[in-house]
Order: sequence, then C-alpha cells, then structure tokens
Amino acid sequence: MTGFFEALLQYGFLQKALVAGLLASIGCGIMGSYVVVKRIGFLAGGISHAVLGGMGAALFYGFSPLGGALGAALLAALLIGWISLRWKEREDTLIGALWAVGMAIGIIFISKTPGYSVNLMSYLFGNILMVPQKDIWLMALMDAVVLTTVLLFYRQFLAVSFDEEFARLRGVPVTLFYLLLLCMVAVTVVLLIQVVGLILVIALLTLPAAIAAHYLHSLGRMMLLAAVLGMLFTTLGLAIAYVFDLPAGATIILVAGLAYLLSTMLNQLLQRQRQTQKVS
Amino acid sequence: MNTPIISIKDASFSYSGPMILDRINLEVADGEFLGVVGPNAGGKSTLLKLVLGLLEPMSGSVQVLGQSPADVCRQVGYVPQYPAFSRDFPITVEAAVLMGCMGRSSWFGGYCKQDHLIARRAMQETEVADLAKRQLSTLSGGQLQRVLVARALACEPHILILDEPTANIDMRVETDIFDLLKSLNQRMTIIVVSHDVGFISRYVDRVACLNRTLICHHTASIDGKVINELYGSDVHMVEHVHISGAP
Repeated sequence: MTGFFEALLQYGFLQKALVAGLLASIGCGIMGSYVVVKRIGFLAGGISHAVLGGMGAALFYGFSPLGGALGAALLAALLIGWISLRWKEREDTLIGALWAVGMAIGIIFISKTPGYSVNLMSYLFGNILMVPQKDIWLMALMDAVVLTTVLLFYRQFLAVSFDEEFARLRGVPVTLFYLLLLCMVAVTVVLLIQVVGLILVIALLTLPAAIAAHYLHSLGRMMLLAAVLGMLFTTLGLAIAYVFDLPAGATIILVAGLAYLLSTMLNQLLQRQRQTQKVS
Repeated sequence: MNTPIISIKDASFSYSGPMILDRINLEVADGEFLGVVGPNAGGKSTLLKLVLGLLEPMSGSVQVLGQSPADVCRQVGYVPQYPAFSRDFPITVEAAVLMGCMGRSSWFGGYCKQDHLIARRAMQETEVADLAKRQLSTLSGGQLQRVLVARALACEPHILILDEPTANIDMRVETDIFDLLKSLNQRMTIIVVSHDVGFISRYVDRVACLNRTLICHHTASIDGKVINELYGSDVHMVEHVHISGAP
C-alpha cells in the first residue's frame, strides 16, 4: 500500500483520480441518503442507465460526453419523475423500458460515431484514471450545486421524502420538489459515472448511505457519514486497484459491497445482543 | 346553524369504476364534532380526501371555509389512517411534528423559533413532549398516533380531520385519544372517521353514516322515516346515545 502513496505523490493522473473520487463521494453521501430513505434506487438506476443515450449523442455530434451525460440525466430524471407521479401503477414497466431504451440509443450513436472508436467500456464501468482536469472543476461545480440546493431546501426535501401527502396538504409544491430532488440525484449520478461508470453507479450511490443508516437515525448525519464512507471506499478501492493492477471502478464497488455486507452482519449481531439484554 | 365551515353539495366521486360517493350533501358547523361511520369501502376516506382537496369531486361542489379545499388546506390538520411514511424513516418525533409548521414560515432554511414553540406546545398537549428526541421507529402504535395528532396540531388548524385514528390501538389508548379530541373540540371543528359507532357516539355531536350515500344523524332530532324519504333505499340506521353531561 505504501507503493500507492509514493505513486500518488509522483503521478498527476493518480492525484486527479483521488480528487475525482473524493468529489464524487460528497454528492453520493448527500443524494444517496435520500435515495435510500425514499427507496428510489430503481428510479436512480433508470436515470443512470438512460444517461448512455445522452453520452452517445454528444459524442456523435461532437459535444463533450460529460455535458451530454448531464443533459440526458436531467431529462431522464424529469421523465422518470413524471412517470412515477402520473402512472404510479405502471412505474416499474415504464422505468425499465426507459432504462433499456436510453442504453440502446447510446449504443447506436456510439457505433455510428465515425473515426476514433470510443471505449464504450469506460462509459459503462468508469475510468477514474482518465478524468481530465476540466471535468474535475465541473465535478466540484456539480457538488456545489447539489450542496447549495439541499441546504436551501432541506425541510422541503425531508417533507417530500417522509410523507408526500402531508407535505402537499401543508402547501409544499410536492411535484416541484420531487422533480428537483430527482434532478439532484441525476447530477450526482453524472458525478459518479466519472468514477465507476454508469452500470456500477447505483451501488456507490446507495451502499454508503445504507451503511450509515445502520447506525445513524438522522438524515443530516447519515449524509455526513455516507460521504465519509464514500471517500474511504473510493480511496481504498483506488489504492487496491493500483497495487494489484485491477480496474478501479470495479474494485471500488467491491470494497463498498464488502463493507456493506460486514456492516449488515455487525448490525444484526448488535441487534441480537440488545434483544438478549432486554430479555435478561 | 351558523354559516357552515364545510359545505358539500351533491358531490359525487369514482375512481374510474363504480361510484364511491353518490350525490353527497353535508354541512359541518363551526365547532362541531362530527363522526363519520360506515362499512369498509363505503367511501369514508374518499370523502375526507375531497374535504382536504387531495381529490376533486366529479360533480357537485365541496367548499371549506367558503373556499375551494385546496386553497385552504393549510388551515386543516389531517391525521391519516395509514401513515404514508415507512416506520424506519430516520427522523425524530420532534422533526416529524415540526413538519406541521411547514407552509407557514419562509421557503428557505430551517424552522423559526415560533415554529419550535408551536411544535412543543402540540407535543405537550398530546403528551408526547418527553418523546421528542426519540426515533419514530421506536414508538408504540398509540404513541405514534399521538405524534400524528401533534403534527396535525402544529398546523394550528381550524379544522382537524382524523381517519380511523384508533384502528390499530387498544381500547384504553382509544379512550385517551378521544378524550383528547373532546378537549380539542373546544377550540376547533373535528371530523373523525371510525368503524366503531358505539364508541364514538359517546363523544361526537352528530354521526354521518356513509355507504356511497350519506345520512346524518343529529343526536336526537331526525327520525328514520324522514331519512328514508330523503335518501331512498341506501339507508343505514345507526343507534347512538348522546351524553349531554360531556364537557
């Protein structure tokens, strides 16, 4: 592992990868907590996969793939939000369809893009080692947007995640804030795609927050711990990937998955202990 | 009767199927304690949703405080039958009750001092103040019900609407909650849906019996024959006694 830290001091691409991971973790901690408590993992999955359509189109027409991803993610978020508000009973079918159609559009665009053949794999599974400098700035900007929005509308987001019907009765514009919440999830998904790719996004979005939920019972604290855990997982994953020459995105996800598994077992154990204490 | 605080005229409703509510007429006076009873799927919750403005009647009209329900929903406190949230949502009692204050203060940032004061008072009134820092997931059914009432009181409502507030809790707690409602009735109009006619008739001023159509029983004045003539075949007679000694 010391090899990783030496290399970190030496190589700019590793430093950038580390910074990208840390930046992505901020968004992942904040919005991942909402995704977990509101149980909209499937919606977030739909958004992240539909993003490939935007990336493919941006590539085909010669725009920045990250810009295309952001546009597609926001569009998908609005569409999926509208579907889940309007056709609740068909939600799973429609989102599943959007999920696949988005990817199909992306694959067709990418296959038709002339010249240099892009590495589809890096979109799907991430390429944290190749994050360009300007994308780092863009990631910081996206974090700032997410953080500011959540700070401003913390109460509304909490009310909409907790009890939509009651929020509506209190005059909170529920549709507006629900869609805004999904848009922030979309921005976060784009952040995370840089690190782990769009297929693995959902794990990094939900696992740190799900672990935090094992121990903390306030949304704010959950966000904080989830962000810290995200940073830990991306850094550790990056280091392991470097030392053993493994794909970084996949390694990060495995670290997060393993941590979740251990935390679940620990949590079970703690609960059982508490119950026996109560009985005796 | 003064000008009614809630006025429903010929309101009908269906969810793309059979009629749930059929030409309902109901007027609720300011300060009244109205019980709504009726069989399952008789349209009780739907009627409440019309009054709350969550649904709109297909025909007829619903007016609350002289306006359309959606415009005045902030002056109505609502205690739902099944809480729409999951029980393990990471939130304290206090934070849940504070949500009743939403829609009053500014859009941005946190709650103001006044909000905290109102929430505290609501929790004291429903005797959950000592649970303020507890997680919602650790409460018993009766405690949760009190918290939901506190949340509705934090709205500082003119009208309090409760949908089966005692469906899943034991008899003793049920009495406590209705005693609480009776005392709240001194300053606000209350509508409570229940399946337990015998029980609520000890508390309410008037019982509305709902099974697609609606019949009101004033404590003594209306006899069955009048109702029969007015409403035809869908009459459900309910016996109830009014205890005049109640506060």
